[in-house]
Amino acid sequence: MSNHNTQATEEQVLYAAILEKGMYTGLALMVITFALYVFGIVPSVVPLSEISIYWSTPVHEYLVAINTNFLHWEQLPTGWSWMKLLGYGDFLNFLPIAILSGITIVCYMVITPGLFARKDKAMAFMALAEVVILTLAASGLLSVGAH
Amino acid sequence: MLGNIKGKAGMLFVSLMCTIMLSPAWALASEVVAMDQIPAAGDPGWWKWPVILLFVTFVMGIIAVLGGVGGGVLFVPIIGGFFPFHLDFVRGAGLLVALCGALAAGPGLLKANLASLRLAMPVALIASTMAIVGAMVGLALPTHIVQLALGGTILGIVAIMLSAKKSTVPHVPQADALSSALRITGVFYEPTTKEEINWKVHRTIPGLLTFIIIGFMAGMFGLGAGWANVPVLNLMMGAPLKISVATSKFLLSITDTSAAWIYFNKGCVIPMMVVPSLIGIMLGSFVGVRLLKVAKPTFIRWMVIAILLFAGLKAVQKGLSTMGINLF
Repeated sequence: MSNHNTQATEEQVLYAAILEKGMYTGLALMVITFALYVFGIVPSVVPLSEISIYWSTPVHEYLVAINTNFLHWEQLPTGWSWMKLLGYGDFLNFLPIAILSGITIVCYMVITPGLFARKDKAMAFMALAEVVILTLAASGLLSVGAH
Repeated sequence: MLGNIKGKAGMLFVSLMCTIMLSPAWALASEVVAMDQIPAAGDPGWWKWPVILLFVTFVMGIIAVLGGVGGGVLFVPIIGGFFPFHLDFVRGAGLLVALCGALAAGPGLLKANLASLRLAMPVALIASTMAIVGAMVGLALPTHIVQLALGGTILGIVAIMLSAKKSTVPHVPQADALSSALRITGVFYEPTTKEEINWKVHRTIPGLLTFIIIGFMAGMFGLGAGWANVPVLNLMMGAPLKISVATSKFLLSITDTSAAWIYFNKGCVIPMMVVPSLIGIMLGSFVGVRLLKVAKPTFIRWMVIAILLFAGLKAVQKGLSTMGINLF
């Protein structure tokens, strides 16, 4: 049997390599940041003993409550505002989650030039469109109604 | 001999856990705690729920592997139905559970050329766009409506699992024009028959249109959508079963990414829920893979169907009871 025909394409291997690096980075960081948080090494915005007060409420009420009780910001802590709170254990955990959620965008961005270079235009434009869609989702620009 | 005993002990453990999770007493107990769990001040027992979550998701990880389903489809109805967490956070965590499972499996499947990037790209574009819409709609609707629709969806998944057939290598007489233009085709080596199998797909447009609905539901309910991806890729579009399963798993890493960002930006992520769930599911999956050698797949599959049926009915009951309609 020849392995030649069954091998993955160049862009598929490239995509897999980046996905793998991002996945391992994100998961390793998640274990570290969670340990820092749960063992109280890094202080948290919402004290550990109070978190169970909030997790049974709808997200909007939860955000209002933690803003009123702890943050005292003018706006609710949505979108990328967690970046300002990276010094706190609970929000530090958002960093690996963002890496895991963002790695696919990087994969698509990296394979797109190769697809254009090989004149695989349909797939290249699809990859580009996917980058735009995922970036839009990640940007926080898509506002959602609260209930 | 020792392996056999270990295997039987493992199966006994899985059966016991499933029995506990299926028990109405468990449901009732969790509901009572859910109603009473808001203390006036700090709760010194706050750590109990993350520990229980870790334990339950560990069992869920085992069952998911043995039952051949994704973690997300078990996570949302079970954790949403029987834990005190609000459905907004459960759906956010469910998406991350499904996403991380897909991210962990994706690189290996792509490198082995079992997951096809060319097949996934057009499907992912549609599914991920619709997952964003689904997430936005799901977060805008009242919780009881989402709960009711989730219950209906889970019962629909049970029906699919009971009725859907699988075709190892479906007969595709001719690739359609769109899949030919996009060169959605491939070759994979089947070790059981020692053959190189050339595959192509047909009915690409109806298949892609179906992913409008699948993507929407994945985003709305925070479910991984493997239960729907595989039948569409395999039976409708004609991709071989192995390619369909692998591409579906990889596809979730894209579809769930888009929806996860919407939940993430909206604040539906509580690390104290997400991280124990991820660790539990992943550890359970490792154990599940080992138990796979000794497990009886048919028994486990029926168990998964029974769990989903119970969780689906529970979601419907919760949704209806909020509207003042008590069924049970």
